[in-house]
Amino acid sequence: MKVAITSTGDNLESKIDPRFGRCAFFVIYDTETKSTEFLLNPNKNASNGAGPASVQMVADKGAKKIVSGEFGMKIKSMLDGLEIQMIVIKDHQKTVKSIIDMLK
Amino acid sequence: MEELILKNKNIKIAIASGKGGTGKTLLSTSLFSVLKNNYDNVCLVDCDAEEPNSGIFLNKELISTDIVTQRVPVIDTDKCTYCGKCHDYCSYNAIFILPPYKIIRVINELCHGCGACTVACEFGALTEIDYEQGTVSEYKIKDTQSRFVESRMKVGVMSPVDVIKAGLKKGGDKGIVIYDAPPGTSCPFIHTVTKVDFVVLITEPTPFGLSDLKQSVETLKTMDKNYGVVINRAGLGNDDVYAYLKENNIPLLIEIPFDREIANHYSKAEIASEYMPDFSDKLNNMFEKIIKEHGNSSN
Repeated sequence: MKVAITSTGDNLESKIDPRFGRCAFFVIYDTETKSTEFLLNPNKNASNGAGPASVQMVADKGAKKIVSGEFGMKIKSMLDGLEIQMIVIKDHQKTVKSIIDMLK
Repeated sequence: MEELILKNKNIKIAIASGKGGTGKTLLSTSLFSVLKNNYDNVCLVDCDAEEPNSGIFLNKELISTDIVTQRVPVIDTDKCTYCGKCHDYCSYNAIFILPPYKIIRVINELCHGCGACTVACEFGALTEIDYEQGTVSEYKIKDTQSRFVESRMKVGVMSPVDVIKAGLKKGGDKGIVIYDAPPGTSCPFIHTVTKVDFVVLITEPTPFGLSDLKQSVETLKTMDKNYGVVINRAGLGNDDVYAYLKENNIPLLIEIPFDREIANHYSKAEIASEYMPDFSDKLNNMFEKIIKEHGNSSN
């Protein structure tokens, strides 16, 4: 299964990005192959609709779970429809690596 | 004779401020009240469509309410091939599409109604329907010929601009039209002041009032607008706003004192100028000066 994690940077030591739609990077982690892929978020500075555009990007990658700090209003019903689970991390100091360790 | 000249003039004045809570509605309703007693055809338009509240102060009768709509696309999924062209044409991320899952959806709140997606679709899968943006209501003020127009945006809509424009249109071009502008210096403000003859900027003599006044002034300069400043809550804060006005040759129209009596009236939704003859006279003088210098003859 693939999990998307919002990240502030492009490596495993980066902290989680608390914003979903406007995060700096998406990390796509595959729980079966243990591979990670870092994607620059082109919607970071979108004037509007960053959330739905980011859902589209992450869903396109086949992610079934998203780990982030918070999710906007517009996308919750979309994610429900796509059967993608939202996981909210309250501790924004957590690194991408520590989140991946929790998923293992 | 002079009064006759004034009565034959048309003018549109916006009451605006960069900072919220400086007294736009206080000034708008008070000025409107003074003018409706002195002139025949006066209209107040509440352009603060996100939170209109001038109407609360007025004794009024509803004439009509119009629904303001925008065109948004609907997708016929039987005709859609999930090619993604409509999504590519959309500059506002309003079309959500996942071709592998055969999912396509319009996010009405993000749509700007530009119609590009319907042009993009080669399969006739997109048609347009009306989507409500808000309402414009027109009222008659009791026992006068004056009118009040209220723009009210629907909660969840992206931008109040369409609703504001509909309100401005309903306000019309004849006689004296006062716009209670939305706060700030972004699109809602710009659209409100685009066609006015004069902008009254209201501020308070605090660092916050000054900071936001500067933004308003810079914006109006680029628009080539005539403007002047009303200082509300005079006596509070410091003299920096006065120094700024002097340095930049910006006319100080009137000062409204920091006075508990005004706040008391306001908190009961009473129009301050109706209880305070001094304030009423000041507003009338301010208006006469503005219309002499900036009003357009109706001839």
